[in-house]
Amino acid sequence: MADTINLSRRGFIIGTGATGLTIGILAACSPGTGDSEGDAAATGEPNPEVNAWVHIGDDDVVTIRIARSEMGQGTLTGLAQLVAEELECDWDKVVTEYPTPGENLKRDRVWRDFSTGGSRGIRNSQDYVREGGAAARMMLVQAAANRWDVPVGECSVEKGVITHGPSGNELRYGEVAEDAASVEPPANVPLKDPSEWKIIGQPVKRLDTADKVTGKQLYGADIQLDGMVNAAIKAAPMRGGTVRSFDASSAEGMPGVQKAMQVGDTAVAVVADKWWNAQKALDAVQIEWAPGEGSDFSSAAFEADLDEGLTAEEAYVGNQVGDVDAAFENAAQVIEASYNAPHQNHACMEPMNATAVWTEEKCEVWCPTQNGEAALAATAEAAGLPIEQCDVYKLLLGGGFGRRGMSDYVTQAVTIAKEMPGTPVKLLWTREEDMEQGFYHPTTKARCQGALDADGKLTGIKIRLSGQSILAGLMPQALTDGMDPYAFQGLLPSGFDERAEDQTLKYTYPAALFDHAMRNPPVRPGFWRGVNANQNAIYLECFMDELAHAAGRDPLEFRLEYMTDSPKLAAVLEAAAEKSGWGNDDGKARGLCAFYSFGSYTAACAEVTVSDEGELKIHRIVAATDPGYGVNPQQIDAQVAGSFVYGLSAALYGEITFENGETVQKNFDSYPSMRLAAMPEVETIVMPSGGFWGGVGEPTIAVAAPAVLNAIYAATGKRIRKLPIKDQPLRDA
Amino acid sequence: MAELKVNGKTVTVEVEDETKPLLWVIREELGLTGTKYGCGIAQCGTCTVHIDGQPVRSCTYPVGALSGAEEITTIEGLSEDGSHPVQQAWVEMDIPQCGYCQPGMIMAVAGLLNNTPDPTDEDIDQQVTNICRCGTLARVRKGIHLAKTKKA
Ligand code: FES
Ligand code: FES
Repeated sequence: MADTINLSRRGFIIGTGATGLTIGILAACSPGTGDSEGDAAATGEPNPEVNAWVHIGDDDVVTIRIARSEMGQGTLTGLAQLVAEELECDWDKVVTEYPTPGENLKRDRVWRDFSTGGSRGIRNSQDYVREGGAAARMMLVQAAANRWDVPVGECSVEKGVITHGPSGNELRYGEVAEDAASVEPPANVPLKDPSEWKIIGQPVKRLDTADKVTGKQLYGADIQLDGMVNAAIKAAPMRGGTVRSFDASSAEGMPGVQKAMQVGDTAVAVVADKWWNAQKALDAVQIEWAPGEGSDFSSAAFEADLDEGLTAEEAYVGNQVGDVDAAFENAAQVIEASYNAPHQNHACMEPMNATAVWTEEKCEVWCPTQNGEAALAATAEAAGLPIEQCDVYKLLLGGGFGRRGMSDYVTQAVTIAKEMPGTPVKLLWTREEDMEQGFYHPTTKARCQGALDADGKLTGIKIRLSGQSILAGLMPQALTDGMDPYAFQGLLPSGFDERAEDQTLKYTYPAALFDHAMRNPPVRPGFWRGVNANQNAIYLECFMDELAHAAGRDPLEFRLEYMTDSPKLAAVLEAAAEKSGWGNDDGKARGLCAFYSFGSYTAACAEVTVSDEGELKIHRIVAATDPGYGVNPQQIDAQVAGSFVYGLSAALYGEITFENGETVQKNFDSYPSMRLAAMPEVETIVMPSGGFWGGVGEPTIAVAAPAVLNAIYAATGKRIRKLPIKDQPLRDA
Repeated sequence: MAELKVNGKTVTVEVEDETKPLLWVIREELGLTGTKYGCGIAQCGTCTVHIDGQPVRSCTYPVGALSGAEEITTIEGLSEDGSHPVQQAWVEMDIPQCGYCQPGMIMAVAGLLNNTPDPTDEDIDQQVTNICRCGTLARVRKGIHLAKTKKA
């Protein structure tokens, strides 16, 4: 097959034709030194690709194509491990590159889905990427057998060297790669048994570290193209707001300013030679906003809507077991508590940005995105061009967390670039813009009720969720008769919705009712790392703790009693509790949480103290996770430890509130993120039990807050049911 | 026009506005994009550089406050080949996730070690206050303790 895609291993050049721009960005990472330029230059004439997933140069450098996005979560390295495992290549010779969404379209989506979210990057593509590696290996070995004119069964391969057993002849992959490209792809591609894995399951180093410690790593915000100009943007800060008018006269004479323009209905941008000049000038533009739906929205007032939902007659039922009314009628003791969780912003470290160049013939975009294909569709739409005349070049994301699954900033960049044909425009948001223009993690409340019998056994449990549906806001077509099954993440029975089979409840209750009163504020919601599992785990697992205490039971034993049908969840819970020293009398209070989400079993035991003055210190968290197969244990450790930073930043301080439709929080001073002084030691137990593929990037977020909240109760006897924890006295005066 | 000493070289930059933050001079006038913008209000630390060996958040440091005599060091100038002890430790422990905060984090840690070659956890808590949204903080602390044992 011809090398139909223009992913040159040597130049890493994207020629944009119209403007003759060149920039090296396709190389996602390189072997050894990570010096992409040098390694790339060392690679010889480009052979044709072996198949869509694998290219091998004359010098044996193996380029593995990665369709999913890397945003720090390590998926790029993990996916490369999967391909390399079946390819039987030399891991030290592996580099990666991103095919473009445009190439994917041209080649009938040979790389399938580009979207990277829901902790699905590896688990939803592991089968076909391994097959890609295995098929390439079979073609390479066949090519060698053909050259020697021997049966393929007499050949073996190790680390990219093919050996003919009887003669002892050897050929390197690089020597047969060109021939292999014209070998008929095998129809049957058997995969290795997991017991034979040599690269999968190993704690290999990430492939993309070297440039990140020297400042060489290029992000979207860093891109520099010939003749490029810079844009700063301000969108209506209030929900539903639009631009009524703007006066740029005071900005026009400012240094470097080229243009001020309205972008869509909602924003004004200034284009200048430098971004700093553009932003300064934008600050000088007088904009009059027209209010719209939601421009008077206030979080404080919305509390009443959420409260009303807690007792409303009508609600969508997500899980119903047994006769819950009878359980409550016959209860010896009924426990009730209400919890809430506020809006959150993703606050990716790298602010939103995209660089676009538009001509009448084509439009190209360079951007960090979790969904290359959606970014391409947004590009084509904003460009007013057929999608075949557009393309998107993905860069490493400076954080994603769900925010960069959206393409609003791509649309803006293309809209601006269209006003300046042939000139590349880089749009970069301020942090303030990022805080004001989020797709926020929804706010919800929950009313939890439990029925205990005279022996302290749980006979029934009810959780009423009240609050926003993400699907209703982002993709109403995905609702089921108006209901959002994902609102019940981690609470659904198996078999309820095949899309949510990886998000089911693992407790077995004699009677239960979980329902959802959908209350949608005029705030656009978003998928936020961990999504609805985050608050649902707080509601379920803090309340289970309350029930255990009300029943006079040990919270560990109490949980295990209702986990008998889920030995894997019980196993992670027991592992975390044991390693933490659950029950130890060492002056530290402990709190537990176990939850199943994104197909993985996770648990945490938090160790805290609360001073007499109410000051919280989280000393250590022991976290256990069973993702089924663990592709790279040291990266699983990194994701688990990182989940506590993200999850506890939200629990401790994170809160987006609205007044007059506008976010009150504008930057990290009012939307703080955890720093080292607050960071506990994290001990991870990675315990893959095999037989399934669970996610890694998100599931642990869910257990972070409940474990700490339960530990605070153990320390103080006081329940914190409102998040964030900040500003609340942890001890009663 | 102003003269600055950056990474051992004297450079001339055009400064129309003395209040312009050093960050944007470094990124846009000098083209050194390793130093990142994260907040612009001295909260996150992604923009950390050294001025005479001391870590400084360049997003709020007006270029007009420099005399030209100061030695400014950015991540690109921390070492020629990534061999600074902090960089070595960071690679050895595979610390970066997305990596966006890491130039600033590394400069903050290198600054800490300049002042306090054998920092305690309390020193670390007080002097390294950078934000990392990916959550590398647990490894960062271990990485600092590893870096202090390394030689350039
Ligand atoms: S960009 Fe300077 S501290 Fe955040
Ligand atoms: S590594 Fe991503 S923000 Fe720190």
